[in-house]
Amino acid sequence: MSEDNAKPLLSVRGLTLDIPLASGMLHAVRGIDFDLDRGETLCIVGESGSGKSLTSLAVMGLLDKNIRRSAERMDFDGTELTTASRRQMRRLRGDRIAMIFQEPMTSLNPAYTIGDQLIEALRLHRNVSRATARARAVELLEKVGITAAASRLGQYPHQLSGGLRQRVVIAMALMCEPELIIADEPTTALDVTIQAQILRLLVDLTKEMDVAMILITHDLGVVARVADKVGVMYAGELVESGPAATVFGKPLHPYTRGLLRCIPQPGKTERGAQLGTIPGIVPSLVGDVQGCAFRTRCPHAVEACRAAIPERGEPPHQFLCVHPDGARAAEGEPA
Amino acid sequence: MLPFILKRLGLALLVAFTVSFISFSLLFLSGDPAAALAGETASGEDIESLRRLYGFDRPMLVQYGDWLWQALQGNFGESYYFKLPVASLIADRLSVTMTLGVCGISFALLTAVPLGVVAAIRPNSIVDRVALFLSVAGQAMPSFWFGLILIVLFGIKLGWLPPSGASTWRHFIMPTVVLGYYAMPAIMRLTRAGMLEVLNSDYIRTARAKGASESRVMFKHALRNAIIPVVSLAAVQMGFMLGGSIVVESVFALHGAGYLAWESIARNDLPTVQALILIFSMFYIIFTFLADVLNAWLDPRMRSS
Amino acid sequence: MAVQKTDLNPTADPLLEEISGPTPRQILRKRVRGHTGLLFGVSVVLLLLLVAIFAPVLAPHSPYVQNLGNRMVPPVFMDGTWEHPLGTDHLGRDYLSRLIYGARVSLLIGVVAAFISGIIGTAMGVAAGYFGGKVDAVVTFLINVRLAMPVVLVALAVVAILGGSLQVVIGVLGLLLWDRFAVVMRASTLQVRRREYVAAAQAIGASTRRVILSEIMPNIVNNLIVIVTLEMAHAILLEATLSFLGLGVQPPTPSWGLMVSEGKNMMLFEPWLVLIPGVVLFVLVLAINLMGDGLRDVTAPENRS
Repeated sequence: MSEDNAKPLLSVRGLTLDIPLASGMLHAVRGIDFDLDRGETLCIVGESGSGKSLTSLAVMGLLDKNIRRSAERMDFDGTELTTASRRQMRRLRGDRIAMIFQEPMTSLNPAYTIGDQLIEALRLHRNVSRATARARAVELLEKVGITAAASRLGQYPHQLSGGLRQRVVIAMALMCEPELIIADEPTTALDVTIQAQILRLLVDLTKEMDVAMILITHDLGVVARVADKVGVMYAGELVESGPAATVFGKPLHPYTRGLLRCIPQPGKTERGAQLGTIPGIVPSLVGDVQGCAFRTRCPHAVEACRAAIPERGEPPHQFLCVHPDGARAAEGEPA
Repeated sequence: MLPFILKRLGLALLVAFTVSFISFSLLFLSGDPAAALAGETASGEDIESLRRLYGFDRPMLVQYGDWLWQALQGNFGESYYFKLPVASLIADRLSVTMTLGVCGISFALLTAVPLGVVAAIRPNSIVDRVALFLSVAGQAMPSFWFGLILIVLFGIKLGWLPPSGASTWRHFIMPTVVLGYYAMPAIMRLTRAGMLEVLNSDYIRTARAKGASESRVMFKHALRNAIIPVVSLAAVQMGFMLGGSIVVESVFALHGAGYLAWESIARNDLPTVQALILIFSMFYIIFTFLADVLNAWLDPRMRSS
Repeated sequence: MAVQKTDLNPTADPLLEEISGPTPRQILRKRVRGHTGLLFGVSVVLLLLLVAIFAPVLAPHSPYVQNLGNRMVPPVFMDGTWEHPLGTDHLGRDYLSRLIYGARVSLLIGVVAAFISGIIGTAMGVAAGYFGGKVDAVVTFLINVRLAMPVVLVALAVVAILGGSLQVVIGVLGLLLWDRFAVVMRASTLQVRRREYVAAAQAIGASTRRVILSEIMPNIVNNLIVIVTLEMAHAILLEATLSFLGLGVQPPTPSWGLMVSEGKNMMLFEPWLVLIPGVVLFVLVLAINLMGDGLRDVTAPENRS
């Protein structure tokens, strides 16, 4: 393996996002680290308000002007994203890093045909003729499973269903053969029956085209099926991260364990047993936030949780907790 | 699309008829058209015979029906004052008014739309506040006064522009500004509001995520959607401009249809006034109808429904 | 390690402190105080209202008394005297006094015309919005007819027929300017009608009149006030335009529009004759518009457009 293949495609260290509000500074994302290798799928999991969407927008450079971003490092294949110029970012976006958003119904411009929008995605970055771009658009539409692709090019977004629109959005993201796709809850707004199809499509295509993916979701079931790596976010921090197998097999952070208890797991959940809940609510992140944000809902909270929390565990499986073996030890499981 | 157009057309015609009927009945109140026609020195007998000759003794509805039937064939009667066919009188003057109207709305659009876009790109900035202030101030200024000020300032004191007349294109500059400025505030505010709303849309985010430049995002993606209601508004404002032309043409002594309207009213020239009311309202109706059609055409969502 | 019982008290944790916001009344007060436009508008309108009410006390002379030997005296800042601070007009009447009494004319017309058109338009709009169906169809048709009519033209024509006077102008404007009331009240009523408290009132058997008065009206009053101010400004401008064109208030009544018209012929030599009434008109209309916009911003900022 060459040096290049060993280095991660995307390497983020200490990403912090602060939003000034009338009532104080909201610390939406508080110093998160993660790596992503080529062709790998990283799932970032968390509830609403955990900061996962903002993280993806931060990587793309699409944050609102009033959000303050700082990071020790955000390295994409040698380019440092924190210091990249606007022009450099524009060149990356859509070409090497593509993004898919949550609401397919409103993600496409209603005034232009889907053909126009697909072609634009390619011609913004490649000097090709309209005919070439058109051919590629047809090719990708077929790849995402849209029949009669050539005739669809002349249709407008409002003429397509939500599921079809999301397929178009995926095709659009793939027009320039990106190295990284960021998908922010791509299936949440779709009908349940369509969700699985779109997810399958996304995973198959990224594997086939060797595209790395950051998939943001709140659905643990999706993560289990799809992830190579998992990152669990709570209140702006990555409380646990690592290979999917180990994080699901041996969850260490109390929040992760709590989440997993909330869903039935084949092989682990006993028949007739009650599913768990995590009592309490997400705390406010405005103003000075000290210590572990989960302590108000954690069954193992101690006085030390009010102070700074150390990073535990051995890479690649890491977590933030005062307890050296996390909740496993606290709950009496063997290490 | 076709049944939509036909339905709108039918309604428009109905509105036009009602307007003409109302104005006809209003003018019918105006006392004695026969007396007006005969002049001040006529005797009672002359007036009576005139009345019979012109059919003014018939019931109102009959007179209206007759007038309408004639009007539909393009015959609006004869002006009491000029003793010429009203239709040709108006036709002569209409080109001035239409030119003025087109220039006025173009001026309004060319200044207000860019201003609205810039204001939306930087909300609450200096440009935004100045634009909003200008728009509020613009609506408060009486157009006749604005016209007079411009004449004094640019026509006389500075001598840059000719103060009256209509022979060269320069004569149209000040009247255009005076006619157009009243439409600017509404257009600017609608553009600004539309842009602000559109800029918050998901598809704008998608365009940026594709790597489009800011100017491309603004014009190709955002403005294209935000401009749709503005086009409608512009067409409606164009309809209002015909009414506004009365003041502008009087102040600048331009012999257009508006000036003719004022003269005719002052002279009790009923046939001309009646015809002008109908024509002005027809233009308004046509313009709003065009606005609806344009609206539907610009928005693909409405096109196919 | 065995399972450790938590020794933190979750309810006393600073992480869970609630950040409370201000009360609605505090919000309102803050908005009003910060809104320069509203404050300016209200103060100017109140000031002019006082000037109008106390005109006999404030005006140094009578606005009607002519003094042909003392014509065209310049204002005090152009070599005049304090006897006539703003000079005299072409008939020797004191300019300042005419200006002060002119405030009465403008404000009276503005308020009464807006009141009349407000009643007509609101009744039509609420009826259309509440009852829907045929009532709505008829009202919408009437609104379209009214919009198609060239207002200035029709107003001029009617005044020409009935003769110019304060009462006629008020009446004509009142009967013509109801369209925006009807449109906005109809839209607001439609919106409010769908809300649950209306259904609740109907469910307990409240009479139609009661539902409209107690449930619907209080919720659309905000919009109504804004439109009242806008149409007041509109009426004032229209009256000034009509008077300027000679078909509004008749001399010797001091109307600002009339004063501009009277000064028009001499404006090259005595520009203040035209400038001053125009400026006052502008300031009054601007203040009213700012007041209207400000009221809307303060009570329902989401309706800003």
